[in-house]
Amino acid sequence: MIETHDLSKQFHDFIAVDGVNLSVQPGQILALLGQNGAGKTTTVRMLTALLHPSRGWARVAGYDVVKNGHAVRASVGVLTEQHGLYMRMNAIEYLDFFGQVYSLSAAARKSRSNDLLEYFGLTDASRRRIGEYSKGMRQKLALARAMIHEPGVLLLDEPTSAMDPESARLVRDEIARLKSSKRTIVICSHNLTEVEALADRIAIIYRGRILLQGTLEELKHKVLGVPEYEIKFAEDWDARGLELPSGVEMLSQTATSLKVRVDAPHASNPQILKALSSTSASVMAFQEETRTLEQVYLKVMAEAKGRENVQ
Amino acid sequence: MFNKLNLVWLVAGRELRDQFRDWRVLTPMVILVLCFPVLMNEFAKQTVDFLNQYNANLILDRLVPFSIMIIGFFPITISLVVALESFVGEKERGTIEPLLSAPLDDWQLYFGKLLVGVATPLTASYLSIAFYLVMISRQELTIPPFSVMVQLILLTTAHATLMVSAAIVISVQSTTVKAANLLASFVVIPVAILMQGEAVMLFWGNEQVLWLAVAGVMIIALLLIRVGIAHFQREYLLGREIDAINLHWIWRTFWSNFLDSAGSIGNWYRNVLGTAFRRILPAVFFVVLIAGVSTWLGYDWVIKNVSETIALASPEDLKRVEERVRELPDLANLREHFSAPFLFLNNTRAMVAILAAGLVSFSVLGVLFYMMNIGLLGGVFAILELLGVSPWPIFLAGVLPHGILEIPALMIGSAAVLYLGVAIVTPQVGKSMGEVILELLADWTKIFVGLVVPMLALAALIEAYITPGLLLNVLK
Repeated sequence: MIETHDLSKQFHDFIAVDGVNLSVQPGQILALLGQNGAGKTTTVRMLTALLHPSRGWARVAGYDVVKNGHAVRASVGVLTEQHGLYMRMNAIEYLDFFGQVYSLSAAARKSRSNDLLEYFGLTDASRRRIGEYSKGMRQKLALARAMIHEPGVLLLDEPTSAMDPESARLVRDEIARLKSSKRTIVICSHNLTEVEALADRIAIIYRGRILLQGTLEELKHKVLGVPEYEIKFAEDWDARGLELPSGVEMLSQTATSLKVRVDAPHASNPQILKALSSTSASVMAFQEETRTLEQVYLKVMAEAKGRENVQ
Repeated sequence: MFNKLNLVWLVAGRELRDQFRDWRVLTPMVILVLCFPVLMNEFAKQTVDFLNQYNANLILDRLVPFSIMIIGFFPITISLVVALESFVGEKERGTIEPLLSAPLDDWQLYFGKLLVGVATPLTASYLSIAFYLVMISRQELTIPPFSVMVQLILLTTAHATLMVSAAIVISVQSTTVKAANLLASFVVIPVAILMQGEAVMLFWGNEQVLWLAVAGVMIIALLLIRVGIAHFQREYLLGREIDAINLHWIWRTFWSNFLDSAGSIGNWYRNVLGTAFRRILPAVFFVVLIAGVSTWLGYDWVIKNVSETIALASPEDLKRVEERVRELPDLANLREHFSAPFLFLNNTRAMVAILAAGLVSFSVLGVLFYMMNIGLLGGVFAILELLGVSPWPIFLAGVLPHGILEIPALMIGSAAVLYLGVAIVTPQVGKSMGEVILELLADWTKIFVGLVVPMLALAALIEAYITPGLLLNVLK
């Protein structure tokens, strides 16, 4: 697991990370979102025991990043912003080298390398120089390197960037598999659709500070307000007589549709459906208005910049 | 421990494999190993033919060792490029971060790189030398004696270690390969000067001095390795991105360390200078010890080497020397030439020279300068004794009055330089090498401005206005 408290990093006068508090449990995926230079990479580097925090503390896989840097690095698999591959090696040599660095036995290195190369579809290219690989192949190999020692904690910076949709899907499936096997995962990504699909918790970081943190639903609720639902009817129907439960506000209505805002969907939505079923309305669809992470992110960023401009 | 060393081999092995797959490294190395000895052999043959006409056997004797030294040196210069980019090159290519994120200790990474950096050029140098020896053995040229060969091999090893360890320090501290290559002149120029000195020693044929050169180069190389490891910090390898000189930051870091939040001069003297002085106290004890040793060495050297010359001198010569010593100096003239400002500036310059020498040699040369200064006292003492002049009255009247301030000032200043050298080679977590050096310079400046300068100023006044009078009375 990963825990941080007041984690901060200052380079001379520049505060790169300022008072970050995070908690990621085993089997959870946390996505760190933010602009370039927001402090994501610095945070990940502190979690990898590469940078010493200027203030606060962080524990990764049960080890303090300052006191037990070596143990932290042994327990973490990192996919860095740049692939960091040795271009004159081939994939087998490369994975074998890192397998040795992580003190894996020869047999374990061989079997892990073969499995990962097979999974990522690199077996045929495994004897070719990495310099000859495409961008996507390099990304997959870098990911394989991060996983070679089956780490308990994975820190992945843009795991699917430069990948074709098929490969990206493969990587997402692997991340989901790792999550189900109780790995603790942190993803830094600009791909919000991917984050929506994968992350259990999301933290939005701006100028080194976490602006917002929580599950996708919590963020949507906090930023975009309570959810809105649209009810569509198969035939014209007058909804004026409909009695809505408390906590449900009617926003608009047409002859064939109705839009409502629901404070507590879990409690109120079944009641709305019950109320509708007792009328002559022929309900064709009952769906939540689409509210994406992108909307949340852009709104949070706009508000943060707005506050900054006022100051 | 074996497992830990295994990782050093692992890092070194990967690096080596990478080098052997890069034709840009291999080609010049192969050319130098195979072609350069042939060229040198041809040069030696021509020179031998030429010198034989003039029967210059001495130069002929020294020619082969000199050629061996040069042949051994050239492959090292090529691999310097590889060592220079060992860390910063990986940083530029983005391969350093996965390596730094792996469970490797700093020393394992450092020694892995250093090992390859030293081993590759040395192998090339040894091969080149062996090839050359095979060639000269088939000709009329004589192979140097075993002791000289050992010396040359050690000298080549010392050169490689020195250059590669310095190049790796540069590589760790640089932000780009371009910057590292530009900084390489700080390695190449001193080593080129050193090689010239060594060549002179080779032709001079003074083996003892060459052994000292081997030892000196090795000591500096080991200190460089120590500095490299002490200041190898993953954080700074990744953290710094630009090479711009930040004069504002340099000045601010220095000045804030110099003032150290002192509100007044009194407060600065009590707290800031006091703290700085307490820090260098162990070094002060050490230089006092060195002073004793240096005085004895100076005294002993003169007694052993000069007494023979004096013994050979005629009684008339001795009489003349003694008379010269006892000649009454022209006090007015002496004051004009050795005024207080002159004496003060001279001593201050010596202190700054000790700092400069100490800075480039991790205080080794600074301490040597100091030893020479103090050793002179012992030497003068011995000369006076040998001339039959009692040294004590002259010492008490001519040295002690100003020396009571000047000598401690010299000791304190030299101790600050010694402390600086030791601190540079000591690991300091959380600080860049630049910060460490600036803080140490601030410490030295505190001692220099707060203690050494006032002491030297007072000493100069005494030496200019009181000492000559006292000395005059004694010499009368």
